[in-house]
Amino acid sequence: MEKHYTQSDFKSDQQVRWCPGCGDHAVLAALQRALPDVAGLLDYEKERYVVVSGIGCSSRLPYYMDTYGFHGIHGRATAISTGIKVANPWLTVWQACGDGDALAIGGNHFIHAIRRNIDINIILFNNRIYGLTKGQYSPTSKFGAITKTSPYGTVEKPFEPGSLVLGAKGTFFARGIDVMLQLNEEIMTAAAAHDGCSVMEMLTNCVIFNDGAHKDIADPAVREDKTIVLRHGEKMIFGKNRDKGLVLHGMGLRVVTIGGEGGFTIDDVLTHDAHRDDRGLHMMLANMKGPEFPVALGVIRDVQDPTYDDGVRDQIADIKKTARIKCMDDLLQSGSTWEVR
Amino acid sequence: MEFKVTDVKDVVIRFAGDSGDGMQLTGTLFADMSAFYGNSLSTFPDYPAEIRAPKGTVSGVSGFQVHIGSQDVNTPGDMCDLLVAMNPAALKANAKWVKAGGMVIVDEDAFDDRNMELAGFKTDENPFEVLHIEDRVLIVSPITTLTKESLKDSGLDNKSILKCKNMFTLGMACFIYDRPVDYIYGYLEKKFSKKHPEVIAPNKKVLDDGYNYASNIHAIPSTYHIAPAKPEKGLYRNISGNQATAWGLMAAAEKAGLELFCGSYPITPATAILEELAIHKYLGVKTMQAEDEIAGICTAIGAAYAGDLAVTTTSGPGLSLKSEALGLAVMTELPLVVVDVQRAGPSTGIPTKTEQTDLFQAMYGRNGECPVPIVAPHSPSNCFDAAFAAAKVAVEHMTPVIMLSEGFLGNGCEPWKIPQMKDYPTITPPFPKTEVPETEGGKFHPFDRDPETLVRTWAPAGTKNYEHRVGGLEKNHYGSISSDPVNHQTMVDERRKKVDLISNFIPELKVNGEDSGELLIVGWGGTFGHLLSAFDTLKEEGVKGVSLAHFDWINPLPSNTAKVLGAFRKILVCELNSGQFVNLLRAKLPQFQYLQCNKVEGQPFLVSEIVNAVKKNL
Repeated sequence: MEKHYTQSDFKSDQQVRWCPGCGDHAVLAALQRALPDVAGLLDYEKERYVVVSGIGCSSRLPYYMDTYGFHGIHGRATAISTGIKVANPWLTVWQACGDGDALAIGGNHFIHAIRRNIDINIILFNNRIYGLTKGQYSPTSKFGAITKTSPYGTVEKPFEPGSLVLGAKGTFFARGIDVMLQLNEEIMTAAAAHDGCSVMEMLTNCVIFNDGAHKDIADPAVREDKTIVLRHGEKMIFGKNRDKGLVLHGMGLRVVTIGGEGGFTIDDVLTHDAHRDDRGLHMMLANMKGPEFPVALGVIRDVQDPTYDDGVRDQIADIKKTARIKCMDDLLQSGSTWEVR
Repeated sequence: MEFKVTDVKDVVIRFAGDSGDGMQLTGTLFADMSAFYGNSLSTFPDYPAEIRAPKGTVSGVSGFQVHIGSQDVNTPGDMCDLLVAMNPAALKANAKWVKAGGMVIVDEDAFDDRNMELAGFKTDENPFEVLHIEDRVLIVSPITTLTKESLKDSGLDNKSILKCKNMFTLGMACFIYDRPVDYIYGYLEKKFSKKHPEVIAPNKKVLDDGYNYASNIHAIPSTYHIAPAKPEKGLYRNISGNQATAWGLMAAAEKAGLELFCGSYPITPATAILEELAIHKYLGVKTMQAEDEIAGICTAIGAAYAGDLAVTTTSGPGLSLKSEALGLAVMTELPLVVVDVQRAGPSTGIPTKTEQTDLFQAMYGRNGECPVPIVAPHSPSNCFDAAFAAAKVAVEHMTPVIMLSEGFLGNGCEPWKIPQMKDYPTITPPFPKTEVPETEGGKFHPFDRDPETLVRTWAPAGTKNYEHRVGGLEKNHYGSISSDPVNHQTMVDERRKKVDLISNFIPELKVNGEDSGELLIVGWGGTFGHLLSAFDTLKEEGVKGVSLAHFDWINPLPSNTAKVLGAFRKILVCELNSGQFVNLLRAKLPQFQYLQCNKVEGQPFLVSEIVNAVKKNL
């Protein structure tokens, strides 16, 4: 490595135009902090980074990164990222998209990128609202949400991005929250190290159109009791007093107090295994919500599986080895031909 | 018995049957064999959209027309000399195409009550009389029975035996047109030697039996000899338009030193291009069957940003879906080839039938001021050159290019003198010329332009020192987002001028016939063969003052267009739509008066239609 990068190497000269107090600022900061670490860790030169986006507030992100960047069209970021990665697998592709961009108009590309396990890193900014178009409900808005296009409340249920990712056989799913910069940086570093499609759901606040989008879990006063940070190999404990844990109970999960009612000890508490191939427990963890359960944060799933881009490249290399046709002239003259003399 | 052998210049044969009867294969084999024999030829598959349409019905009839000749053959022919009809429905659907004096072969066994009713005949009717072809040479043969008899000891089951009926008819056609069956033997051996060696001998036998049957029945007034054409010396092969398109793109990638990426979604009649490209991974071709049409073009745009020669292939409805992304490619000024193999529309239309109705969509079908160069191939083999040219312009001028092919070209095939890659021009991508951008501060300005061509520099992602952002938002030359009114006007003008300037890099419009005169036939794309045949016919008939100008480039128009058009008193624009190119010409060159000849039946022109239109307007 000829150069050690710092956060400022990844900052472009463009003025950041998100609203003051928007959760996106914090995600951008985490990314600009994570990428120098990733560059050092994986020996990546800066020109290998491409940041892709669709349309929406969060999709402005590529302009703020001093890397290669592509600001696409609404919903199509995932398809553009896929093309970039297949064309040149040496590039490391990051993608910023919102809940509307990835899950409504771009839902098809999103699930297929995950199914194919193409090696891209998708940051899904989830503020449960359409911000750039000024406040309409999104596919992650809570049931009954009152917005400009649902003045009497929505009558549709939201997507849980985690179940969607795991349902599409995702190999990496993590969840962060805008106010936890350190955790987000940790998630991004893990996503970079993961070979395959990494989806990072970032719960972000929209100060203008959905203020307090995640207040019920993000507020410092309640956060430790309402969320659990999962780390591979560590016990699933949480709470202000670190005395609550998750245990298996029948077919599901249960929150217990260590040393409290029922006599549960630390040994009864589950240990997080992000590398476990079976998706069952990961699905349960990703779907946990209050008031019964804490919301799971951190890397929930991180498993190995062959990637699409490797598959494309390896197949071509394999076929080339045995092919007798090496160039167009060979091909043009191959097969059924006849000579006119 | 000695047979009368008649020498003829050319013949047209139409094989028709149920869509499961193997008529496409029969026709293709007859065409390939004739090409191998040295005839000039042109083919026209005419099949229903359903893979197995209702058996025995007119809507399920699949046809394959082949025109072979000892001189230049430009079209698949208007009317046929021989119709092979495997059932009453096939006879009904195709009777109108049989020439006066032509021959009809039918499978008598298929003319039972049920099939007659399915085809809409009364069971006691004589279908030949109903269709007014009772005066043609009618060969009514029990083809099914004869095939069964031929293969009764073959060990094949009944279903497999019935599948060989088409070989019996092919054998008959081989006898009538003096074709050597060796070529078919070779095909059967090659095709079945690995997986189904047991069917080789039965197929050969039934082919021979069909041949011998035709010679034994003494019902055929003459056999015909179509001498080999005398084409230019060289190595030849048969090629379809879709195959030629795929190969042209691969050739361009090789010449440009780029890897080829194709992101596509299957759609009739363009799918064969994706299928063809997928075969040639050994030449480094990356094909991706995307989740939808939009992903097809968006993956291609991503691949272009990363430095590949990027392509997406589709047909009309798919082009509609790609419109927004095509605008993105215009806005980001990335090289991209979009192949639209046009079919009958609007909406799903008639997917397997041909038309030229996407010209307006290609020209104008996007939001904003969004110019895109358009090139249209004029024959199946010319798809190679058109695809090559599309890719060359896309890369060297940093723009998406639409290639407007047609179902008629994509599915049709013709002999092609195999070119050598050394005879094709190089393609030079406008990559950065210096290690560090030559700007103050060394930052790359992605939308700085070459002063002469207005082309920007292509710095694929991964190029050291050239990090930059592109996107769908309006920006200035530095690549910074800008909604400044003056800047927007400047960028809109520059993007348009960049496309207009391509006229300096494309061939001039050529004229067949005199450079000036009474009437100029004007066409574009796949109608060329028919227009040329009409022009030749008129010349042979002694009609004077008529010339032909055929456009390959639709946008920009060739630089000498006004000069060519201005030298004729009348301009007759012939196209398979309601008047799209003619209205483009009216808008671009309003100083001229234009006459029109249009047809929107999902079928190619007949040469006679053009000839009549010219005569009417003289």
